[in-house]
Amino acid sequence: MVEFDHVTKHYDAPVKRKDGKTTRTPGAVNDLSLTVPAGKICVLVGPSGCGKTTSLKMVNRLIEPTGGRILIDGVDAASRDVTELRRSIGYVIQQVGLFPHQTIGDNVATVPRLQGWSKDRLRARSDELLSLVGLDPAKYRDRFPNQLSGGERQRVGVARALAIDPPIMLMDEPFGAVDPIVRDRLQNEFLRLQEELAKTILFVTHDIDEAIKMGDLVAVFRDGGVVEQFGTPAEILANPASEFVARFVGADRGLKRLALSRVSDLDLVQPAIGVVGEDAAGARERAQAAPFGYLLLVDAARRPLGWIPEGAIPASGPLDPALANPVSPSVNKRTTLKDALSMMLDADVQASIVVDRTGAVQGIMTVERVIEMMREGEHGQPFAVVDDEGVPIPGVPDESLVAEAG
Amino acid sequence: MEGQPLVDFDWILSHLDDVVERLVQHVQLSIIPVVLGFLISLFLAIWAVRQPRVYGPVVAISGILYTIPSIAAFALLIPIFGLTLITAVVPLTTYTLLILVRNNASGFAAVPADVLEAAEGMGYTRWERMRRIELPLAVPLMIAGIRLAVVTTIGLATVAAILGDSFGGLGQFITEGLQTFFPTKIYIGAVLSVALAFLADFLIIKAERRLTPWATARAGRV
Repeated sequence: MVEFDHVTKHYDAPVKRKDGKTTRTPGAVNDLSLTVPAGKICVLVGPSGCGKTTSLKMVNRLIEPTGGRILIDGVDAASRDVTELRRSIGYVIQQVGLFPHQTIGDNVATVPRLQGWSKDRLRARSDELLSLVGLDPAKYRDRFPNQLSGGERQRVGVARALAIDPPIMLMDEPFGAVDPIVRDRLQNEFLRLQEELAKTILFVTHDIDEAIKMGDLVAVFRDGGVVEQFGTPAEILANPASEFVARFVGADRGLKRLALSRVSDLDLVQPAIGVVGEDAAGARERAQAAPFGYLLLVDAARRPLGWIPEGAIPASGPLDPALANPVSPSVNKRTTLKDALSMMLDADVQASIVVDRTGAVQGIMTVERVIEMMREGEHGQPFAVVDDEGVPIPGVPDESLVAEAG
Repeated sequence: MEGQPLVDFDWILSHLDDVVERLVQHVQLSIIPVVLGFLISLFLAIWAVRQPRVYGPVVAISGILYTIPSIAAFALLIPIFGLTLITAVVPLTTYTLLILVRNNASGFAAVPADVLEAAEGMGYTRWERMRRIELPLAVPLMIAGIRLAVVTTIGLATVAAILGDSFGGLGQFITEGLQTFFPTKIYIGAVLSVALAFLADFLIIKAERRLTPWATARAGRV
């Protein structure tokens, strides 16, 4: 756990502009209080110069705060030996900072080597780490950094930071220097890795989409190191605490929320279902009682075959697959609502069939259910943080959210 | 001079001992100043990296030292050290400083900022970072300076012959050749010092390849 306790960083010399006016020094931090629960990724996001990187660097004391304390598992970072403190914290930066004169294997083993591990152990560990980040040790171990692509270098940077399995990691725009496709892949891989590793991570980015994707918790900074809002991505998207946050999150925050939610978050509608060969009379009754006037025809394994309008169901005889209209695209519970809605728009349908891994019908998702879910997430108080009872607390980061997430 | 061959090979063959001795002296006269100059300028460059303010004055002073004519420098030092190797080595050392201080300092300045930040963030102490990161990464520019200093010093060292017979190097041949109107000595002194400069340069390039495999590693995928 990492706690910022009223942390302040002031720079002595204010920046003088050409017109003679002075402006606030970029990177200053004012009275920052924030708790990053153990095992979570906390993203610090904001425009450049907002103090997010300064805040990060105060944790491993590359920058010393001018006021307040940073507690790491309850111990004041300032009281610890600075070298020992830094070696105990993984550190990843945007330009990676691999040592050009050392092989990839040696680069990865940097911190263990500083700690005096034996050669055999160093070699075994760096091979293990390279495999962990998806690089074949036999192929990469003896290369130099300038022989790697940007994406490969970023992976090595992550491997190096993980070398002595530090409980805490600081990541400053770790995927910022690669193209969007590689970045997306690295983000996904890192999230998968984090599921196993469960590190306590402070992650700095200026990209709100990355923040929403990577963060268990997101702290939105504005100039001067002030946290405008601190909460889960869903909470920040649903209820931006201020106009600044709403603007920073972007006009498409509704779509962003959809990207965060999955079909499993919805209450599915249960349609009337008829199995092929079943007697039509009973099926017809069920279709009439159903929420909408269609029967979903499935095969013996409950796999969807198509829709039959209520009026087209014969009064008697077995249900025939020829009666069914072709089926609309199906989604599964892991599909994001954004993807599901996109598919529905594409297919020009109001509802989509949700199937499980075997292809069997689980229910129907409808546009109405999606809209209902979106509405439920909002507290109906634009730009205000609310407490458990729904009472707005203007301008105060919502602490209850932190406790929940922890 | 009339009737004398331009190069008297018989003389060379009969004086091979002398030639080898002068050559060894010349190597010594060149290597000592470069080694001393490198150590001094390494210290100055590290100082300048830590305290950027000292860089300007250090370069200015080594520039002034560089402008002192070598003959004048020898003349000034003879009263102090006499006709000794020290008198020869001191000016030759100071002449290397201008080149070496600049190159050593740019070597350190060329270490990428992200590399320094990563090293600091991972818990390198200042000394560890200097020894394991900054120094190795400064090597290519340092060696560029050393090459220049070695070649320059090999040439300049011929002037030291005026100081005496016991350590005069190849310059001794040239001086004697001029005094006795014996071109063979002039040629052998000049040709050997040029050859020595080429050989030294070649060896340093070889050494650089060995020292910095990372700099020559192909950027292409293997």
